[in-house]
Amino acid sequence: MIEQLEYSTLQHLWWLLCSVTGALFLFLTFVQGGQSLLWQVAKNQTEKDLIINSLGRKWELTFTTLVVFGGCLFASFPKFYSTSFGGAYWVWILILFTFIIQAVSYEFRRKRWNIYGSLTYEGFLFINGTASLLLIGAAVGTFYTGANFTLDSNNFVTWTHPLRGLEAALSLSVASVFNIALGLFLVFNARTLGAMYLVNNLELGEVPEMEGRLRRASLQNFSVALALCLLIVVSLLFMRGYGIVDAKGTIEIVSFKFLRNLLANPWLLVMLVAGLGLLIVGVWKTAKTQQTGGIWYGGLGTVLIGLTVLLLPAYNNTSFYPSKVDLQSSLTIYNASSSPYTLKVMTYVALAIPFVLGYIIYVWWLLNREKVKIEDISDHAAY
Amino acid sequence: MIENLDLGMVNWARAQFALTAMYHWLFVPLTLGLSWIIAFYHTIYVKTGSEDWKRLTRFWMKLFGINFAIGVATGIILEFEFGTNWSNYSWMVGDIFGAPLALEGIFAFFLEATFFAVMFFGWNRVSKGFHLFSTWMVALGSSLSAVWILVANAWMQYPIGQAFNPDTARFEMQNFFEVAFSPYAVNKFTHATSSSMIVGALFVVSISSWYLLRGRHVLMARRSIMVAATLGLLASIFTIFNGDESAYEIAQVQPMKLAAFEGLYEGETNAGVVAIGLINTAKKVYDNQDPFIGFNLHIPGILSLMANRSFNSYVPGMKDLVYGNTEHNILGTAQKMELGKQAVASLDAYKQARKADDTAAAEVHLAAFNENKEFLGYGYLKKPEEAVPPVALSFNAFHIMVGLGTLFPLLFIGFLYYSFKKTLAEKKWLLGLGTITYILGLIASQSGWVVAEVGRQPWAIQGLLPVTVARTNLSVGTVQTTFAMFLVLFTLLLVAEIAIMVKQVNIGPEED
Repeated sequence: MIEQLEYSTLQHLWWLLCSVTGALFLFLTFVQGGQSLLWQVAKNQTEKDLIINSLGRKWELTFTTLVVFGGCLFASFPKFYSTSFGGAYWVWILILFTFIIQAVSYEFRRKRWNIYGSLTYEGFLFINGTASLLLIGAAVGTFYTGANFTLDSNNFVTWTHPLRGLEAALSLSVASVFNIALGLFLVFNARTLGAMYLVNNLELGEVPEMEGRLRRASLQNFSVALALCLLIVVSLLFMRGYGIVDAKGTIEIVSFKFLRNLLANPWLLVMLVAGLGLLIVGVWKTAKTQQTGGIWYGGLGTVLIGLTVLLLPAYNNTSFYPSKVDLQSSLTIYNASSSPYTLKVMTYVALAIPFVLGYIIYVWWLLNREKVKIEDISDHAAY
Repeated sequence: MIENLDLGMVNWARAQFALTAMYHWLFVPLTLGLSWIIAFYHTIYVKTGSEDWKRLTRFWMKLFGINFAIGVATGIILEFEFGTNWSNYSWMVGDIFGAPLALEGIFAFFLEATFFAVMFFGWNRVSKGFHLFSTWMVALGSSLSAVWILVANAWMQYPIGQAFNPDTARFEMQNFFEVAFSPYAVNKFTHATSSSMIVGALFVVSISSWYLLRGRHVLMARRSIMVAATLGLLASIFTIFNGDESAYEIAQVQPMKLAAFEGLYEGETNAGVVAIGLINTAKKVYDNQDPFIGFNLHIPGILSLMANRSFNSYVPGMKDLVYGNTEHNILGTAQKMELGKQAVASLDAYKQARKADDTAAAEVHLAAFNENKEFLGYGYLKKPEEAVPPVALSFNAFHIMVGLGTLFPLLFIGFLYYSFKKTLAEKKWLLGLGTITYILGLIASQSGWVVAEVGRQPWAIQGLLPVTVARTNLSVGTVQTTFAMFLVLFTLLLVAEIAIMVKQVNIGPEED
């Protein structure tokens, strides 16, 4: 069946698969959210250790999902990979920097002779928990607002702004406000998810005061995230976009482009509304009841919102990575993708993804049958 | 744009990639090797139910975890540096190179990440059988991740299963199986993983030797050595065989690399390998200086045997490959450059014709391009001598790798012999050597990568894409800044890692 798929179908499929990976990453950023909440909700060493040990059992999954997201983009849309990573150099380098310091922090934080002290590693976790998502959000924002690059006849990129990508968040423009709003939304949404995850994963009877702080934190952070989300959605409804206007792939600025995309694909609107609704339910269950399952609603809601955010600027003949300085250099899923042969080979490979998801879910369930408790933080393998 | 490139930037980008790769490779061989050794320890524990074996397993796991974290930290950079520092490369070969990276993530990284948590935290949470299964899955996941990145690397050295698409200006995959199962990839994988198993075994031998010298944790140390030295010896034998196979592959597809790492300037029949010799670093391919300084000992015929499976075969030297050799029907780099420049010109003309919708002219230029497209990369070289990699570095790295690689099996035999005779604790000289042997293993392993990567310069993709074209359009100052950032950060983390590791070894398995 895969052999018969048309090139365009494969391009849409692979953008969807990349988006699913990206959306799952956004759900898994509860790890980053938990890291940034550490100093707010943990008031003593035991509480801190509990949080770190709970998140420490999941950080690699988040990290791996980000790496796979990058790998899938490289494999299926190499022109985006080369243009964005090579062009918006500083954004990606700084994002990577925050993940390097995260990767060692769990393991090193409490080990003796770690030289720099626990506080340094907790600081690293905070930086990763906030700056990484802010920058990722700003980078994703450029899917809507555009970036400063040109491509030559070999498709080699030249960046036309000296800040090499950081201008997405640092320039004085409406676009920057949008990009930063998206970044901040990811930060506060992750903090909401982090609070909900910890409520679910910790043995709360042992730390009743922290339970209260976590439940309150989910509502406080969601309030900010919701305000940012509404700002983003309203902006999108009025924002101009970059559309493909003819069969040759010519790109032009189209007013109300994203509103048009939503109307052309109402299922995106349904996903967005359902995602927000699920997040609200999750937060309500966490903050206003004694239930611990809010993370599942919040997680699914985040996945749906993430999918909408990533699909909206790419489908319906839209440029998902527009060039503000040379419209015809803009990237679309049609001109940025791998060859049909490579996409087909990878589609065969993708048939194994449900199996991979299956064992991840099974192992997650297996390890989470027992909550993380104080006894666990004195275990030999504890972080 | 290519004409105005900043060579300083290219060299800094190469330095940054080398820095990241070498830091990463300080930790990866240990992850690869130790994960299998721990799987054996864990299996013995589950089979025997012995608390001693459990403590032993947990001790090595703890050290594994410390090493794993910093391996992950340095690894993420490598994947994304293809995009940040080598974006032209990423575009030109992303259609082929990206797929193995994606497969690596989907099949290997998730396996590692998922079961890693069970391996560390599953002691009292999951059944003994599933826990053991998880430990084996971590080992399998580690090796699987090596498979795909090495497939990608092997393809860069031997780019098969692809064709250049002049319309998209990139190389596109034609046959996935040729890419995934190329003999170069198979050899690269087996050589990298078996040599990493040696490094893992040497790590265990080093720490255990230190314990035995101090008279601490004697039983654990002896048991650890028995298993590690056995696996290390088997891996050493395997590494010698697949190393020989690798040399054969290199001779067939990268003769310049082979010539460089043996310091062979003039082609020879019955060519020998250098057993003892100091390479002349001042020698250039175009002069007549002696390649070696002072005494050197060649063992005749061995290089011919390695390269062509025949003692009397001809092995081309660097001069033959640069300037050509009609007697042996070798096309020189200068001639290849000429053909390459024709390919580049035809490609440009083809693009112009396409832009002008001149179909007839486009077909003519495309036909001309197709005649010379295999030399495309040579069209971007400035002078023939550029095709010669750094000879002294390649030569020294190769001989360090081979020399140490020959020492290790003897070392493992020594450890096993005295272990069976139950006199190991008395052999202070062997234990002393054993204590430093992990460092030697790392040097050998790093040297192997220097041979592989320095030896293939100036190519990002052998014969098709030089590093000067593969780079990102960045200022030299930008790359210098990030180089310094990574150097400082990696060094700070390495210092912390070593300190933690030393402390944990000092603590030993008691404080569980």
